[in-house]
Amino acid sequence: MVAARTVLDADDIRRAVRRMAHEIIESAKGVDDLLLLGIPTRGVHLARRIADEIADIEGAEVPCGALDITLYRDDLALREVRALEETDIPVEGVDGRIVVLIDDVLYSGRTIRAALDALADYGRPAAVRLAVLIDRGHRELPIRPDFVGKNLPTSQSEKVKVRFAETDGEEFVVIEQVSS
Amino acid sequence: MIGPHLLSAADLTREDAVGVLDTTAELASVTDRSVKKLPTLRGRTVVNLFFEDSTRTRISFELAAKRLSADVINFAAKGSSVSKGESLKDTALTLEAMGADAVIIRHGASGAPYRLATAGWINGSVINAGDGTHEHPTQALLDAYTLRRHVRDADGIGADLEGVRVVIVGDILHSRVARSNVLLLRTLGAHVTVVAPPTLMPFGVETWPCEINYDIDDVLPKADAVMMLRVQAERMAGSYFPTELEYSRMYGLDSRRMDLMPSDAIVMHPGPMNRGVEISAEVADSPRAVVVEQVTNGVHVRMAVMYLLLGGAPSGTDSEGREG
Amino acid sequence: MSETIVLRGARPYGEQPRDIVVSDGRIAAIVDSGSGEADRIVSAEDCVILPGLVDLHTHLREPGREHAETIESGSRAAALGGYTCVHAMANTSPVADTAGVVEQVWRRGIECGLVEVRPVGAVTVGLAGAQLAELGAMAHSAAAVRVFSDDGLCVHDPLLMRRALEYVKAFDGVVAQHAQDPRLTEGAQMNESELSGRLGLAGWPAVAEESIIARDVLLAEHVGSRLHVCHVSTAGSVEVIRWAKSRGIPVTAEATPHHLLLTEELVATFDPIYKVNPPLRRAEDVQALREAVADGTIDIIATDHAPHPREDKDCEWAAAAMGMLGLETALGIVAQVFIESGLLDWRSVADLMSAAPARIGRVAGQGQPIEVGAVANLAVWDPSARTTVVADNLASRSRNTPYAGLELPGRVRHVLFEGRMTVNDGRIA
Repeated sequence: MVAARTVLDADDIRRAVRRMAHEIIESAKGVDDLLLLGIPTRGVHLARRIADEIADIEGAEVPCGALDITLYRDDLALREVRALEETDIPVEGVDGRIVVLIDDVLYSGRTIRAALDALADYGRPAAVRLAVLIDRGHRELPIRPDFVGKNLPTSQSEKVKVRFAETDGEEFVVIEQVSS
Repeated sequence: MIGPHLLSAADLTREDAVGVLDTTAELASVTDRSVKKLPTLRGRTVVNLFFEDSTRTRISFELAAKRLSADVINFAAKGSSVSKGESLKDTALTLEAMGADAVIIRHGASGAPYRLATAGWINGSVINAGDGTHEHPTQALLDAYTLRRHVRDADGIGADLEGVRVVIVGDILHSRVARSNVLLLRTLGAHVTVVAPPTLMPFGVETWPCEINYDIDDVLPKADAVMMLRVQAERMAGSYFPTELEYSRMYGLDSRRMDLMPSDAIVMHPGPMNRGVEISAEVADSPRAVVVEQVTNGVHVRMAVMYLLLGGAPSGTDSEGREG
Repeated sequence: MSETIVLRGARPYGEQPRDIVVSDGRIAAIVDSGSGEADRIVSAEDCVILPGLVDLHTHLREPGREHAETIESGSRAAALGGYTCVHAMANTSPVADTAGVVEQVWRRGIECGLVEVRPVGAVTVGLAGAQLAELGAMAHSAAAVRVFSDDGLCVHDPLLMRRALEYVKAFDGVVAQHAQDPRLTEGAQMNESELSGRLGLAGWPAVAEESIIARDVLLAEHVGSRLHVCHVSTAGSVEVIRWAKSRGIPVTAEATPHHLLLTEELVATFDPIYKVNPPLRRAEDVQALREAVADGTIDIIATDHAPHPREDKDCEWAAAAMGMLGLETALGIVAQVFIESGLLDWRSVADLMSAAPARIGRVAGQGQPIEVGAVANLAVWDPSARTTVVADNLASRSRNTPYAGLELPGRVRHVLFEGRMTVNDGRIA
């Protein structure tokens, strides 16, 4: 039996994304050195949307790509081998850039730790920032987000489900209580 | 996905094969970074168990393993009964005692990797790097990957080789490269024709999933790729063909024959080449020959195979880590 | 005076139950079931009695390869398989190509006392195929050799084969040919077929066997000699032999239990337990051999029992030795393939595995009919039991049986050799 509670609908998501875009621009004092990297799968679409919002706000294109972290995970030996996702580092490269890592949900922080290790093998950014749509707490590593769509305290028995039009055909974020 | 061993190209379904090629495409970009290393197989031990001399294949596997941060042991073993060296079994038991997670084996006896994988001597994964005249699955994978990059758009992610026409020319009878390629290309949907004099065709080749032709000129005009196989001079002693010159005249790929091929068709060769016998120097050095690319792709394909075999839990275990 | 024995309630050739009384090494009486009297009563109710089996093709490995098998361990294996006589092939080390070696083997067989060991003499010196061995000396030795073979190798030189065929006529000998053209089978690993092409194993084409048999039967006809063909393995060979017999050529032929049961598909496992010479063939060949046994084109079943030490099979295919054990499982396989299927009755099996081999080998005291006065070489077979083959339980020194785990019908219960019990209730007596 699964009980679901909607925490963000399509409009909420749209507004949060726009606000985060503003915050990113403000924090970087402009767009000159920005480079967005989404973490597959949904982080990539989120990054694209933020990039589009920034272009709309500032009238300038920010390089945007994808960083697959599968090969840097710390839990590979716990599960069957995982398929690799696409990595697409924009031609501008990461050296000297303000790299904004973008993901849909922040939880234990291990994904971001892997992303930092992966990023280090691509070059030396001037700074790395983290933007997430949902921060659901329960960090296992000292990782903190810089830009958050929504803070969502959850219990560990709950599941956070993010759905995007690009991947799932619908738009929402729900919390599911998984009861036995 | 594939595993726990890679012994034969026949073990791969179309989905498995495309998965390996896609994984290769992702891993290929590592070579373009300044840090050409991934931490994925850190702490794993991979053994190159080569009973046949083959510097290039061994180096390819070694580089692939090191790029994934695995530890590599090179074990250059001497052959079994003939030279009275340590037996395959004792060698295997020694490697197991050393904690090998994977053994990459090249052996002169067809079926040796199967013995290694099934006799119960070792627990790790076995990767066939060429066994006798039987199979060479990673060669077929790198050939398919090279082919896909040329006949499909962009990276070709997710694409197979449906409808692609491949011609394989040479000593099919003794070629493990030919056997693996016929199997894998067919699995990926390609159309394969093997060309050789009748003496160099395997018994029962009519039952193979490919066409047969004794006339190379007949098939070149419709080929998307022509794969030339090395022909060994020793075969003349077995009376497979009268002279190298006659072989070269009838089956060698020279510039005249290359002009019969469609303009965007590529020339492939697993190496090492016998310039002047199965392939002329002009053809070998022409831009349509992708031999060097095959070597580069070989490292990436072998990285993909090692990742897919060793990058997850050992078979049997399956516990959940929290996501995010 | 050794003890007298009565086999109670046994069925000679699977027919009516009788009591068989054995005394002084011979069958003294055959009486109504339950009425026989003797010092020792051996219960054999519902068992089939056959004349002691005679193997025309065994490898005992002694002298020279005692780690694989000895005359003693081979004799034990033979006895447990229901045999009272085996012909020990000459490819030992030293080769059995002189009177000295064959007498040594013969004497050792007597010492072990479990079966009659008839040494086979090599046709050529050292099996090298170049020069005739002292066939006469071996025939006139105490071992009284009558069967000559270079088995393991083919007598491929047609002139030498002709000479050998002619020469042995003087003492009623027979040349047993291992038919394998060496030029067509250099480096061969398995039957040449679509499977060998796929597996990348060098092929052993059927024509390499058939062409030698064809040549040899014509030679035998030309010089008027007996010829015996070892381990026939292909349908084509069967046809050649059938043709030769129809012309009245004095050729006899044998088939092994493994060639009557197993096919080349097993080679795809690359497990060398299935590596043998001649190789396992196609299903069509197995079928043709079975029909040939049934119609008499194949005269005998011979095991080609070929022990090999563990390290010669525990390796990659190309490095492995060729050969399979056979003595202890032969009768079970024949029972499964021919008796259970109804293709043959026990009288035919008695001929195939006892009378005919004794006749070909000219072994007077073996293969005799079960009748009063015959030498008491008898095998008692319990058809109701079923036995699962366990490699470690075999009496042979070696373990290379391809039947491990296989369940076969029946078991050898008792064996009498020249009136003495060598096997009692499935164990060496």
